[in-house]
Amino acid sequence: MLKGMLEGRGHIWWAATLILMFLLPLILPRFYLYLLSIILLTGLLATSLNLVLGYGGIFQFHHAVFYGAGAYGTALILTKTGLSPWIAFIVGPLVSAALGLIMGWICIRLSKLYFAMLQISLGSLVWIIVYRWYSFTGGDDGIHGIPLPDILSSPNNAYYFTLIVTLICLFAMYKIVKSPFGSVLQGIRDNPVRCEMIGINVKLHQLLTLIIAGFFAGVAGSLFVVVDTTVFPDMLFWTLSLEICIMCLLGGWFTFLGPMLGAAIIIALRTFVSTFTVYWSLALGILMMLVIFFLPNGVLGYIEEKLKRVIIEPVIKE
Amino acid sequence: MGLSRTTILFIVSSGLSLILGVLRIPNIAHGSLYMIGAFMAFTISKVFGGGDTGFWLALVGAPLGVALVSLIAERGLFQYLYEREHLMLLLLTFAVSLIFGDLVKIVWGAEYKSVPVPQVFQGFVNLFGGLPFPLYNLFLLIIGPIVAVALWLIVNKTKIGKISRAATVDREMVGAVGINVSWVFAIVFVIGCLLAGLGGALVAPTVSVTLGMDHTLIIEAFLIVIIGGLGNIWGALLGALIFGLTQSLGILIWSQFGIVFPYAAVIVVLLFRPTGLLKSTW
Repeated sequence: MLKGMLEGRGHIWWAATLILMFLLPLILPRFYLYLLSIILLTGLLATSLNLVLGYGGIFQFHHAVFYGAGAYGTALILTKTGLSPWIAFIVGPLVSAALGLIMGWICIRLSKLYFAMLQISLGSLVWIIVYRWYSFTGGDDGIHGIPLPDILSSPNNAYYFTLIVTLICLFAMYKIVKSPFGSVLQGIRDNPVRCEMIGINVKLHQLLTLIIAGFFAGVAGSLFVVVDTTVFPDMLFWTLSLEICIMCLLGGWFTFLGPMLGAAIIIALRTFVSTFTVYWSLALGILMMLVIFFLPNGVLGYIEEKLKRVIIEPVIKE
Repeated sequence: MGLSRTTILFIVSSGLSLILGVLRIPNIAHGSLYMIGAFMAFTISKVFGGGDTGFWLALVGAPLGVALVSLIAERGLFQYLYEREHLMLLLLTFAVSLIFGDLVKIVWGAEYKSVPVPQVFQGFVNLFGGLPFPLYNLFLLIIGPIVAVALWLIVNKTKIGKISRAATVDREMVGAVGINVSWVFAIVFVIGCLLAGLGGALVAPTVSVTLGMDHTLIIEAFLIVIIGGLGNIWGALLGALIFGLTQSLGILIWSQFGIVFPYAAVIVVLLFRPTGLLKSTW
């Protein structure tokens, strides 16, 4: 089945998966539906990070800021203003994209580790403002019980909304990766100097990627508001950013669906492990170490490699 | 007030800077070692009755304990990874810090702990025309420069320092002249971590020792190292000064958002001097 999926011949498998996803609310209890929604939106977040980190090769270490900014943008408009809720869902991602533009514009002149550090510094600044500004953002309590439009308030509908939006976003990102823009981006990752030489505006492309990734992270943040009806400052903390990095790594850097798989594995494991021990970070740390040592290309990367060996080697031998 | 915070920041970030400069590991677990140092200081001082002897023993014992932990971590794990790219190293050390965090929770529990200030340093002295200044902070102010000078002597005047500086420039060549680079790196790593433990032991009497104290500190230490210039000890001192002073000034001026100021200072520095204020060893 996996073989068919990865070779692109298995449209039927994709269709079956999709139909299954749409039918799940009929059989699954409420908690698992919630879990599935969280997996979907976290997967979207991880995929948006992979756009920058895996395809763009930019050291985006503080991706959670955009996620949190999108969530807070949506939550604040829903609670503080009387505007239509649908405007809130558009404004959230736009706030993230704007933040991506500002932070990107400041950071882009630096490279590698310096870029990462400046970004973490700026991100911590945003986190502190959210954390300390009690009157506006609710401080460390966050915002609870965010009013949603009636149509989204049932768990089933929230799930469908998350599923549809996630699918649209994934499709859009897939198109971006496969477009000329995406190819240029991967070229810049592999050899920035050569790209500069043949007349590509490297910084502009990187900045655009940061904005796009920020936008999709903001979408994930807005979806979190729909699913959980809360926001809290930990959504912008740097430890979450590195957890998203782990998801990308676990699933596979250079695969499109890897981050989604990584998010699913980590969130399912967290739910499972938390039922019988409080030491989840210990388990996560050990899992991460094993992945870094034994599966540096991630689960999906490993499968792809194996498949290539199975499919291509016989051809070469002939 | 700001200056004593600066001392802690300097001691921790100089260790981080040493590891970054020589070993090129962006070690996120450094913050966890600082936390472990503080918890060890708590235990040692409690075992010896919370008095003066307990404090002095904690000041010696906690860094040594941390050094032992880091030696095990280096020999068992980090030494296989020096050739990996930064991203992997960063995530790996993050994994180590997660593990350390939970181990601390297992050993010491999740409650707040406090370490008493020793009798000698209780009370205040009057400085600058009658401003009361805690004696313990004065003690920190004296410790800071001592550590700076000692570290400078180790790096510049001893054989191990010279070898480690050479290894920074060309690791293979140092190996080729018959020096066991692996052990030199281990020693440098342990010295860096010892400083983290010392920072933890020194900070323990002034704050409540708790889980999560590593999370904010490691970011601050990284920023200090970056604005100072990677691997440069005086850079770490300068960065810690900028960070500590803007922080305390900020809290004086605008208590709610005072903590914003040091981050803003870091951004300004990086905008004008993207590779740090002083020369980096990279």
